[in-house]
Formats: sequence, C-alpha cells, structure tokens
Amino acid sequence: MLNVGKIEEGFVLDHIKAGKSLSIYEHLGLDKLDCTVAIIKNARSEKMGKKDILKVECDINTLDLDVLAFIDHNITVNVIKAGEIVQKKELVLPQQIKNVIKCHNPRCITSIEQELPHIFVLADPAKEVYRCKYCEEKYRENAIF
Amino acid sequence: MRHLMNPLDFSVEELDRLFDLANKIEKNPAEYAHVCDGKILATCFYEPSTRTRLSFESAMTKLGGRVIGFADANSSSAAKGESVSDTIRVISCYADICAMRHPKEGAPMVASEKSRIPVINAGDGGHYHPTQTLTDLLTIRSLKGHLDGFTIGLCGDLKFGRTVHSLINALVRYPGTKFIFISPEELKVPDYITEMLREKNVPYEEVIRLENVMPQLDMLYMTRVQKERFFNEEDYVRLKDFYVLDTAKMELAREDMLVLHPLPRVNEISVEVDDDPRAAYFRQAQYGVYVRMALIMTLLGLAS
Repeated sequence: MLNVGKIEEGFVLDHIKAGKSLSIYEHLGLDKLDCTVAIIKNARSEKMGKKDILKVECDINTLDLDVLAFIDHNITVNVIKAGEIVQKKELVLPQQIKNVIKCHNPRCITSIEQELPHIFVLADPAKEVYRCKYCEEKYRENAIF
Repeated sequence: MRHLMNPLDFSVEELDRLFDLANKIEKNPAEYAHVCDGKILATCFYEPSTRTRLSFESAMTKLGGRVIGFADANSSSAAKGESVSDTIRVISCYADICAMRHPKEGAPMVASEKSRIPVINAGDGGHYHPTQTLTDLLTIRSLKGHLDGFTIGLCGDLKFGRTVHSLINALVRYPGTKFIFISPEELKVPDYITEMLREKNVPYEEVIRLENVMPQLDMLYMTRVQKERFFNEEDYVRLKDFYVLDTAKMELAREDMLVLHPLPRVNEISVEVDDDPRAAYFRQAQYGVYVRMALIMTLLGLAS
C-alpha cells in the first residue's frame, strides 16, 4: 500500500467521496497556495469502500469551510498540530454561497448582467436544496463553476 | 427602505393594513388625491405590458404624483448595453419610487440591491408578479369580506401560469383554504406546488372537467389555455371547450361565487358571462389600481 507521511501542521480532509478530491483541491484554491499538498485517490475505506484524502500543510484558517461543506458536508476535517490531530471540525451547510456554482437558467438576470455574483441560498436544509438568489432556480450538480 | 419583490414579502398582518388602506382609498379617493404631491414614480418597463404600466401610472397620478419612465427596452439605455444596476442608480437620482418589469428573472432584485429608492417588481419573466397577487387578494377580500375558509377553483393553464402559482402561495397562509385545480393533464399544476400543499396539510383536488366541480366553488380563477402549449392540434381541439366559461356552466355555480381572471381574456370566458353579477374580473382591474395606490403610499412611508 502507498504510504504518505504525516504532516506537522495543517489539516487532513478525510472521507472525501472517491474521485472528488481534485474538484475540492480546485474549489479550495489549493493550487494557489505554496505548501505541501498530498492528494490520495481511491484509498481503502471500511465505511465507504474507497475514498479520497487530502493532506495540506498550511494554516487551517486558509481553508474555506463553507465551500467544503457545500460540496460535501460528510467530509471529516482533522486539524493537525505538532503531528497530532488536535481538533475534528464539523461541517455545517452554509446559508449562502457566492461564486462557487453558477446559475444555468437562461432566463435569469445573472445570464446577462455583467459582474453580478452568482449567489445561491440554502432553501431547504433537510433536502440540501440550494436556489439562485435571483431567479430561485434549483442548483443542479453539473452547474459547478 | 422596503421593496416588493415577492408576494410573500409582506406578512398577513401587513397585507391586512395594506388592504385596509386600499379600501379607504376606494371609499374616499379625494382624501388621497394629493398625498404624493411632488413625488415621482419611474416606470422602467424593459418589456411591454401596457395594462400593468398604465395601472401603476394611474395609481401614482390619482395620488397627486407624477410619472416618468420607458415602455420597452428599445427606448431605454438597456438598448445601449447599460446594466440594470447602473440604470437603477441613475433612476434613483430622478424618482422617489420605481416599478420595474424585466424579461429576466431576478432583475428587479438586482435593482433593489443598488437602489436608493423603493423598487416594486412589476413582473420578472415567468418568476413573480406580486402586484397581480395583491390585486387578486384585495378583490377577494373586498367582495367577500375575508380571505380565509374558501374553496377556490383554478382553471386552465396551471403549469406555466405564474399568477396562479403566486396566488396559491399567498392563499395557503389563510386557514380553511381548499384548492380545486381544473386543467388538462398537460397543464397540471407543478409537483412542487402539490408537494408544498401536502406538507402544509392544505386540501386540494385535481380534476379535468370544470362542470363537475362548479357547485363546490366560492371562487373561480380562470386563465387562458394556449394552443401552443399542446403537443398536437387534436388534443387542443378536444379539450379547449372544457375550459371555456359560458352561461351554461355558470348555471351550475353558486349564487355568490366570484369569477376572477388576471386579464387579458381571449376566449376562455364567453362575453355573455360579463353581465353576470358574479363576474368580477373588470372590478379586479379597478382593485389593481387601489392596491397599487396603497402600495406606493406604504413604500414611500406615507401610509400612516
């Protein structure tokens, strides 16, 4: 089995749905950070069969937990200090997300108004439904930027 | 500062106050003839809607105010590519309140975020048309005395009709409401509406034929069944007469039933019904002016 070493300070995102780690890497803007990142794909998991893991050696505050929660709130966030897990953060669905997903309704004002942010609001927390703030079109999964 | 984007922006109590004011205006219009002296309403209509625009203009004029604006996008700066955000910033310098109609959904909301004056959504594509819903509610309350406990038949195009969806959402807030949806299979009310009704335990029935339910109704809200909504001519020809209200169908209705229609009417209500005292659709247009007068006063802070 592949071995990836421990990190000293940073965070480990565990229980990422297999195959989703690269999309999360992108949405968290990790490509813009000058730090060590390990992307582990298709790791064996008792719970999930297989899963992805992201290990990032940087300050936890650089992480946008809202975006992460929107993408998958079942991800476990482990905060690492001095090589040990010091905290497990729970992810809560954000009330609002900005410029993470795009409204694809051709009748929506966001389709023509320049520089208007694409804002989605949590309409139904139980069913995890997000709607465009302006036209109220339901978010469909393939609409991610 | 308040705007009106969605018919549900006002609570039931706020709507009561708005409708009380509209009824006072109706009884004594002279008392309100100068309350908006010196005020300007901007009607920014990016798509033509003569009826709604004239209703707003009539409302402001009757309050003593003045009106500026444009009646379609080609005669506005939008034709030069100006954004809604920029247009409303400029309009805020010229007027005290704005009524905006736009073909794109959410455009009036974008305007309200940048505006220094109250913005009224006068229709944004197939999304909302809140002043129509306020008109419908005021008509029912004025002619019946209350808004709760009614069995309301909604007939025609229930799939695409935004006035129907808005009215349903507004009426579920009043206890004892029951809906009867009368439409062809192709134009049934969308699932998300019936799901919402089940969640709120609001009773409803879905039927194909208007005749069968006429005796049960306190109110009948008619909409137009458009030919282009059907897949084939045959279905349209077979079904269209089901959804035409005529005197024969009116004979099945109660003495005190009301017939409402957002207008324009094409042929879904036979003209012979117009003289029936239960036909309320032209009075409805009159209430549309009163409710817009009350709304303008309320949003300008002149209601008390």
